[in-house]
Amino acid sequence: MTSQAQTRTMPQAGLTSRPHIGALHQILVIARLTFREAQRRRLLWLGLGLGIVFVGLFSTGFYFAHKECTESGCLAARSGFGDLFANTFLMAGLYVVNFLVVMVTVLTSVGTLSAEIDSNTIHSIAAKPVRRWQIVLGKWIGHALMLMLYAFLMAAGLMVAIYIISGYVAPNPLGGIAIILLEALVTLSISMLGGSRLSTLANGVVVFMLYGVAFIGGWVEQIGGALQSQTAVDLGIASSLIMPSEGLWRYAATLMQPSNPFALGVTPFSVTSQPTPAFVLYAVIYSLAALLGAMIIFTKRDF
Amino acid sequence: MSSSNAIETFELRKVYNETKVAVQGLTLQVKRGEVFGYLGPNGAGKTTSVKMLLGLVHPTSGSAYLLGQPIGKLSARASVGFLPEHFRFHEWLRADEFLDLHGQLYGMSKADRAERIPKLIELVDLTEATNRRLSTFSKGMIQRIGLAMALLPRPALVFLDEPTSGLDPFGRLLVRDVIRAARNEGTTIFLNSHLLSEVEVTCDRVAFIRQGRVIRAGTIDELSGGLVRVRIKLDEISDGLLAELAQWGERVEQVSDQEIEMNLPDEARSADLNTWLVSNGVRVYAFAPHQLSLEDLFLQIMEAPTAEEIAA
Repeated sequence: MTSQAQTRTMPQAGLTSRPHIGALHQILVIARLTFREAQRRRLLWLGLGLGIVFVGLFSTGFYFAHKECTESGCLAARSGFGDLFANTFLMAGLYVVNFLVVMVTVLTSVGTLSAEIDSNTIHSIAAKPVRRWQIVLGKWIGHALMLMLYAFLMAAGLMVAIYIISGYVAPNPLGGIAIILLEALVTLSISMLGGSRLSTLANGVVVFMLYGVAFIGGWVEQIGGALQSQTAVDLGIASSLIMPSEGLWRYAATLMQPSNPFALGVTPFSVTSQPTPAFVLYAVIYSLAALLGAMIIFTKRDF
Repeated sequence: MSSSNAIETFELRKVYNETKVAVQGLTLQVKRGEVFGYLGPNGAGKTTSVKMLLGLVHPTSGSAYLLGQPIGKLSARASVGFLPEHFRFHEWLRADEFLDLHGQLYGMSKADRAERIPKLIELVDLTEATNRRLSTFSKGMIQRIGLAMALLPRPALVFLDEPTSGLDPFGRLLVRDVIRAARNEGTTIFLNSHLLSEVEVTCDRVAFIRQGRVIRAGTIDELSGGLVRVRIKLDEISDGLLAELAQWGERVEQVSDQEIEMNLPDEARSADLNTWLVSNGVRVYAFAPHQLSLEDLFLQIMEAPTAEEIAA
């Protein structure tokens, strides 16, 4: 490198007036950045790759189990048993998908705000002509698109595999998937709310603890429902109000299970205390409120 | 508020947790087109001041304007470049992608970005690293790509917070050249640096800040007030001689067995002192007056009591 004190000139010198930069433009820039980060850091590809492995393993297992049962004649022993068999397998797979989606949501989003604050990366972004809430919303959209793609491919992959092998189609497949996606969005919003104020580690602990509370609360509610203990049911409902993730899973499970005598109380995924559509509305409002809270806190804080 | 100023602040104040005063009451004017040095010891509130001006920290009270608009207005920030002190960028991006991202955030068109980015990369001598990820960059390279980012929107005002930290002499020279080139294009530059020699050669005016207040501001000539610093080499230095010299000027320091440095009010006074020493039988081996350096000024201003301290 040599000194070019006399010759170095600024390219395209002079000030220019730029048209007003729209909010949507800034939000989409941040959303694309978030999506591209997941892609560049191989999160997206690892997630999808391992997802494909999971769907492959599940399909193989179901194929052999279905074949065995078909050959032994157990599926034909009682009317509707073949559907129950396939549905139970599907619900087991979706339960794992649901868990993986929540885990991936937390692990990918827990530091999306806090890590950039901790590392001062946010300084170069927030000093630009961009509102803070636009940064939060852009990141939320970027993560949401990625997670919806991931969750949809995984859940749809299982359903397609079940259909190809057994010809079974679960009731309300799209509705069920939509509720699983909503669960991911609820978790994403709460993760971003924490990240707007807490450190990455603290936020991770809080979100996992909330998920744990909802998980245990869900089981307490189910057991309470089976034993007709109103107190246990109320405790479960309270935990679902604190963190709606497990309640949403149960709602999705209810939608995707047949309403026949075999389903009720027979499979591990049967629901004894069933969430209502109002609960889904609550979860939507909960998610939006958490997102709004994240925007407000992020806007008010100092970097 | 004057439109001829790029920056104006009025009693800008930041208090954290209602107890920790980071900036006590900053009142400052930076004219358009000048290179302005912002100086002070660690913890004086320099970085917090810059962060308030850029909307990264919310002021507790006071007001400030960038390019004639209240801080926080996005339209002003579209014409402001910033190289942060503790810079960390999205290191998974390539150099050109990184600048493209920030160009988009500035609202630059695709054609404008495609034209300007290669030129800026060339300006900071990173052409060969255009397609490399920032994670493979050295600290100096990161600093230079950060400088390119700060200059990306053809800014009317640029904040450079410690732009030469971590750079080798070639890199510092490059930054100096870029600052001069930007100034020649009419860009106002707000330079926050600990490297006083850099500030001295690049800045038109400087402000000294202490405990979150500007205690002096002006050109180096104005601030030195004609003071000269003189280095004198003698055959021997006695306590009596030091006491006598203290009556001639300020900041009398014995810098070695035979050498003294001190401030004198003007050059005429230095000639008188030389004559006085010789006429009193003191053997003078060297007598070298020079203008106060920025470092001399910094020490003098920072060590002097403030008006509030004197009043107290």
